[in-house]
Amino acid sequence: MCTNIVEHTPLAGSGKGATGWFKVAQAHVTYDHPFHVDLEHALNIDFTNDAAGVDARVAVELTLDSAKNLAAAILAAVDRAERYESGA
Amino acid sequence: MPYRTDHYEGMLAETAVIPGADGDPIYTYFARPLGTGPFPSVVLIHHMPGWDTWYKEATRKFASRGYAAIAPDLYCRVAQGAPEDVGAKVRAEGGVPDDQVVGDAAACARFLRSQTYSNGKVGVFGTCSGGRHAYLAACRSTAFDAVADLWGGGVVMRPEDLTEKRPVAPIDYTKDLPCPLLGLFGEDDRAPTPEQVAIHEEELKKHGKQYEFTMYPGAAHGFFYHDRPAAYRAEQAVDGWQKVFAFFRQHLGAE
Repeated sequence: MCTNIVEHTPLAGSGKGATGWFKVAQAHVTYDHPFHVDLEHALNIDFTNDAAGVDARVAVELTLDSAKNLAAAILAAVDRAERYESGA
Repeated sequence: MPYRTDHYEGMLAETAVIPGADGDPIYTYFARPLGTGPFPSVVLIHHMPGWDTWYKEATRKFASRGYAAIAPDLYCRVAQGAPEDVGAKVRAEGGVPDDQVVGDAAACARFLRSQTYSNGKVGVFGTCSGGRHAYLAACRSTAFDAVADLWGGGVVMRPEDLTEKRPVAPIDYTKDLPCPLLGLFGEDDRAPTPEQVAIHEEELKKHGKQYEFTMYPGAAHGFFYHDRPAAYRAEQAVDGWQKVFAFFRQHLGAE
């Protein structure tokens, strides 16, 4: 909200938060003030189920470089997974 | 009266639910000196991370200096829970509406002014998004006798940054500012940048407003936040708190 950098995506899967496992329904990706990492702004990803309450949340707060590395690692794993599933 | 070691002092600090904007019940953290007063008052507008420990400490700090102080939970209509979970939800939703914040701040001022121990003067203080909100509340109501905007980002806004919740840049209300303004900023901040602070200052000059700005070298965003080691700047924070209390003492009374 301080930077106006907010992205949202629906998700299907599970996440383990403060109260245990829950169905993850969306991710909110922001570049804004974090709560824990000692940076003015961080790349924050909140995996949430907005219908299940505010504590249905798995949070990560990342430096921009580590966020890029995470995105690349996810895409690389997804690429290998799709080839695995197709038998290629 | 200057404090002496043989003076009695005490404070009451508690959660209080009061009518906010549109009469909605809102949670507040309320702290005041014990005694009959008269006390000046301050409304504290919390920052983006929410109604957190730092703001409750700051509320008690004002009470310890002789102010009846109240910090509304601007996010209480969104959800209840751990402050960071509520704050994350609000962050994802792009904040809370400016109109609602202005209404909550004015409602807090009415609450404070109606107390038997009020001296009739009410200031408003905020940091980060709360600095922006404090400025908006001061410009858009007649509730406040002084405003302290500490590194409020988004007072100057690009047209493309305006949203349904934030439809007007606060700088556009400058002509309506009815009270003195204190502004504390860091030279290394990016929200607001020194250039944006200079634009704000020009607008204040243009409309003949009473203001006092300090731009601290070696400081960025959040330099009062002792719980954020990378942001905290002890020297600038000590000087800044002195300026805040001197400013409110001059315009509201107390101490």
